[in-house]
Amino acid sequence: MRPSIIKIGFLRGGLEIKAFMRQRESVVFTLFFPVMLLFIFGSVFKGNVSPGVTFSQYFVAGMVASGLVNTGFQQLAIMIPIERDFGTLKRLRGTPISPISYFIGKAIVVFAAMVTQVGMLIGFGAALFGLNLPTTADKWFRFLWLVLLGSVCSTILGIAFSAIPKNGRGASAVVSPIVIILQFFSGVFFVFSTLPVWMQQFAALFPLKWLTQGMRSVFLPDSFATREVGGSWEIAQIAIVLIIWTIAGTYLALRTFKWSDK
Amino acid sequence: MANELAILVQGLRKTYSSKASGKKAAVAGIDLEVARGEIFALLGPNGAGKTTTVEILEGYRSRDEGTVKVLGQDPAKLGKNSWAWRNRIGFVLQSTNDSQDLSVHETVHHFANYYSNPRDPDSVIEEVGLSEKSNSRIQTLSGGQRRRLDVALGIIGNPEILFLDEPTTGFDPEARRAFWDLIRKLRDEGTTILLTTHYLDEAEALADRVAVIVEGKIVEVATPISLGGRNTAKARITWLENGIRQEIASDSPTAEVEKLSARFGGEVPELSVVRPSLEDIYLKMIGKS
Repeated sequence: MRPSIIKIGFLRGGLEIKAFMRQRESVVFTLFFPVMLLFIFGSVFKGNVSPGVTFSQYFVAGMVASGLVNTGFQQLAIMIPIERDFGTLKRLRGTPISPISYFIGKAIVVFAAMVTQVGMLIGFGAALFGLNLPTTADKWFRFLWLVLLGSVCSTILGIAFSAIPKNGRGASAVVSPIVIILQFFSGVFFVFSTLPVWMQQFAALFPLKWLTQGMRSVFLPDSFATREVGGSWEIAQIAIVLIIWTIAGTYLALRTFKWSDK
Repeated sequence: MANELAILVQGLRKTYSSKASGKKAAVAGIDLEVARGEIFALLGPNGAGKTTTVEILEGYRSRDEGTVKVLGQDPAKLGKNSWAWRNRIGFVLQSTNDSQDLSVHETVHHFANYYSNPRDPDSVIEEVGLSEKSNSRIQTLSGGQRRRLDVALGIIGNPEILFLDEPTTGFDPEARRAFWDLIRKLRDEGTTILLTTHYLDEAEALADRVAVIVEGKIVEVATPISLGGRNTAKARITWLENGIRQEIASDSPTAEVEKLSARFGGEVPELSVVRPSLEDIYLKMIGKS
């Protein structure tokens, strides 16, 4: 009898969370960095981006969205090549484990980090920068599916992208600039509608812009929707773009995933 | 199928091409047959093609030519059943450096979940001699202890074949002895073992048969004692006579020594009788003597 692929995936998830929690530097960096950014930006930009919407309010929406990209895509696209170098993947390849179990384990550790990070952002934002939380069940429900879909999409794309860096040492140099540029282009640090049109159009090809927009629809008042480039929140488009990227990412991850560099 | 071969290799070839050195045949036509329950050693200098050969058998590398069957299946064409094949095989690879932040106990217990019929994790930890280190983080283990953990993870699935790629590199002598005992015990339980090593004493101590591999080719397959005709080779007799060292080679050294003893009327000065060591034979085979 083959041991259950799902069960092994969850066992790996538990083990990876344990290993992650024991790496103090990465815990601090991954979980506190967005909060530090919020603290810096929130302290520098005190003004409003539109009547009744503080910069901190706008920024938290963007940071929650990019938190999903950081803990998922960025973390995995850097970690997996390192694990390949260390022989972790080669050893797993020699066991009966299915790659699916490995992916599930990664998704679980990513999801745990995301939930913690998002919780901290919202908590600090509310405590220190007067962040207004959504007040309707409707918006909380939207928040929930955005986090779920966003984290799955981000995880899958991180696994798919992990085939590109040649080795662990170079991975960060390949992956980090992509994420930072996308953050700027997608309206995380600046109000999206004030960016040049070519930047907006480029960003619209990638999921982060849509995730950020979705998070704005959760954290900003509906009156802000008219200031979006499309004149509305475009919720359906957000879901469609994320789903398309998830499907494409799954296809790529299964096709290109490499246990070793040979 | 008790008589089924554990490993069958015919005409195996693998060529690498690199910009620096052009095309190089790492494996240049190898034939091997390993019976079930046997400890088979691949012995050769670094770069001889041992690891390439083993990694092809393990399914890690592709090959250019030849037939390969491990437990009756071609490692390059496993398809959907790859898990069932891997469920029956254990690997101890060269130089892995993973799971630094987990303990020995956590790691071995976790890997046991991957197999349909694993060994008891605690007794495996005991067998490889890591009981005292069971709750230590892997990053605190010495090189030899890490290698024993690798072995623990290689045998946790209760494999029918165990691949060991240079398993005792970095061991102190005591740890090597303990490791050899463990390998013999596994063989006695019916595990087939394919070992690569560049330690002659290891091949001699463990292997039922040894294949010497040089520049991608097998030069000889034999039992360690008969390798290179060592068992029938002439013995070298040397002694001191009139201040000069004398030397003869003989098929019947006992008779020669008796004659010498009679001539000297008892003790022969600085007498020594030596048969070629495995090392002499091996160095001759790899062209280094």
